[in-house]
Amino acid sequence: MRNAAAAVIGCIAIAAAAAASAEPPAGAASCSGCHPTSPRLTSPVPRLAGVDRAAIVRAMQDFRSGQRAGTVMDRIAKGFTDEEIAAIAAWFAAQK
Amino acid sequence: MNASRRDFLKAGLAASAALVPVPAFAQGAGPRVVVVGGGFAGATCARALRHADPRIAVTLVEANPTFTACPFSNAVIAGLRELPAQQFTYERVAADGITITRGTATAVDPQARAVTLADGARLTYDRLVLAPGIDIRWGALPGYDQPAAAQMPHAWQAGEQTLLLRRQLEAMDDGGLVVISAPANPFRCPPGPYERASLIAHYLKTKKPKSKLLVLDAKDAFSKQRLFQAAWAELYPGLLEWVPLSKGGNVTSVDAATRTFVTDFARHTAAVANVVPPQKAGRIADAAGVADRTGWCPIDPVTFESKLQPRIHVIGDAAIAGAMPKSAFAANSQAKTCAAAVAQLLAGATPAPPKLINTCYSLVAPDYGISVAGVYQPTNGQLADVPGAGGVSPSEAPRATRAAEAVLAEAWFRTITAEVFA
Repeated sequence: MRNAAAAVIGCIAIAAAAAASAEPPAGAASCSGCHPTSPRLTSPVPRLAGVDRAAIVRAMQDFRSGQRAGTVMDRIAKGFTDEEIAAIAAWFAAQK
Repeated sequence: MNASRRDFLKAGLAASAALVPVPAFAQGAGPRVVVVGGGFAGATCARALRHADPRIAVTLVEANPTFTACPFSNAVIAGLRELPAQQFTYERVAADGITITRGTATAVDPQARAVTLADGARLTYDRLVLAPGIDIRWGALPGYDQPAAAQMPHAWQAGEQTLLLRRQLEAMDDGGLVVISAPANPFRCPPGPYERASLIAHYLKTKKPKSKLLVLDAKDAFSKQRLFQAAWAELYPGLLEWVPLSKGGNVTSVDAATRTFVTDFARHTAAVANVVPPQKAGRIADAAGVADRTGWCPIDPVTFESKLQPRIHVIGDAAIAGAMPKSAFAANSQAKTCAAAVAQLLAGATPAPPKLINTCYSLVAPDYGISVAGVYQPTNGQLADVPGAGGVSPSEAPRATRAAEAVLAEAWFRTITAEVFA
C-alpha cells in the first residue's frame, strides 16, 4: 500500500518535472491572458513566473475549495485537478 | 472511376497524410507556417509558434499596419476613452523574427499548400493558421448593406466605425432616441451589445439625461443577463429598455435613410442607430473551404485543425469552438494551444489534449465591472465546459466588488495587449 502511494507520488513528480522542461502543461498557456509575463508590467494580478511551486498549489487549492475569496480565480480553479495544478505550478516555478 | 470512389481514395490519402507524422524538419530547412490575420488570435499564434520552436519560419499576413482592438471600444463610443488607446503596431511581433506581409489573403490551395494574396503573391506553407476574425453578413438583415453602415454604424470591427457611432451620439440633441439591435447567436463578443448599451446609457445619463435607449434583441436570453439587468435597474431606470424576441424585439429590416428599425410589431425611428449585424467567419475561411454552411469553421478541439481541410488550422472568432465564446481572451488562449499543437505536429509528435480558459469582463459603468469565466476541454470532439467550473460574478455583491472588477478589466486589457503586441 505504502509502495503504491509512493509510486503514484513518483509519477506525479516525473510528470511535473517533464512539464517544467517543455511545453506548458494543460491550462498553463491560458494564464498569461491575465497574469503578466513581463516583469515591467504593473498589474493587480500577480506574475506567476518563478513563484514558489507550493505557493501556487496552495493558492489554487484554496481558490478551488472556497477558502480563499477570488474574483475569477475561484471559478477557474474549480476546472483543474490536483495533478493538473501540480504540473502547472511546477511549470511556472521553473520559469524565469 | 466513379465520383464516390475517387472521393473515398482522396479522403483516404488525406487521412493517411494526417495520421502518419512526417517531421517537416526532416526535409532540411525549417518548416513554414503562414498565419493569416493579425488580431488577438493570429498575432498571439505567430509569436507563440516562434517561442515554441525558433526553427519554424513564420509569416504573418495582415492587411492593416495597425491593429485596433475591440475590447474597450465601447468605452471609446461612450467618450470614456480615446481610440489610440485601442491601437497597436506589429513592430514587436516582427522583432520576434516573424515576417510580416502587408496584404489580404484571397485564396488558399490546400493541395499545393499555398496562400494567394490580393497582389498576386503566393506563400507556400507546411501548416496554415487562419485567424480572420469576423465578416459582416451584408444583406442578411434586409436593408443593411455596406452603404447603410455609414448611416447606421455597426461599430463591431473597431476603428472608423467606432468613431462614427461616437460622433453621432455627440451630435444628438438631448431627448433623442438611441436604438441598438442585437443579433441571434453566434456572434463576436456575446456580452458586447449589452456592455455597449450600458456605457451609452451612462453617457446619456450624464450628458443627455432626457434621452432614451432601446435595445431590440433577436434573442430572449444573453450573456451575464441577470447581472446586466440588475445593474440597469439600479443605474439606468427609465432610460434603458431591453426588448427581447418574445416581446417583439426581432428586427426584420432596417431603412438606413430614415434610421428606422422594423420589427413584426412596430417601427422605431432612431436619432442614433447602431446595428450589431449577423456575422460569419472572415471571408478567407470560405475561400479556403474551411467554413461550413453556418458560415463558421468546425475544428478539432485538440489541434484546432479544420475538420474540412487538412493542415489548415482555424482559431479565434472564426472557429466553432464549442462552449468557448468568441472573445479576445478565448482567441488568445486558443492561439497558444494551437501554436503548441502545430509545433508538435511539425516535429512529428502528437499533441496532448489541452485545457483552455476564458475570462471576459464587461463594464456596466466606468466603475462597475462584471465578469464571466470558463474552463474548457475536448469532450466528444468538441470543446466543452469542464463541469463545476466557471460562471459569472456573484449576483449579490457590494459595489466595492463591482469596482474591483472594473479595475481588473482594465488590467486585463493592458496585460493581454502587452502579451500580444509588446
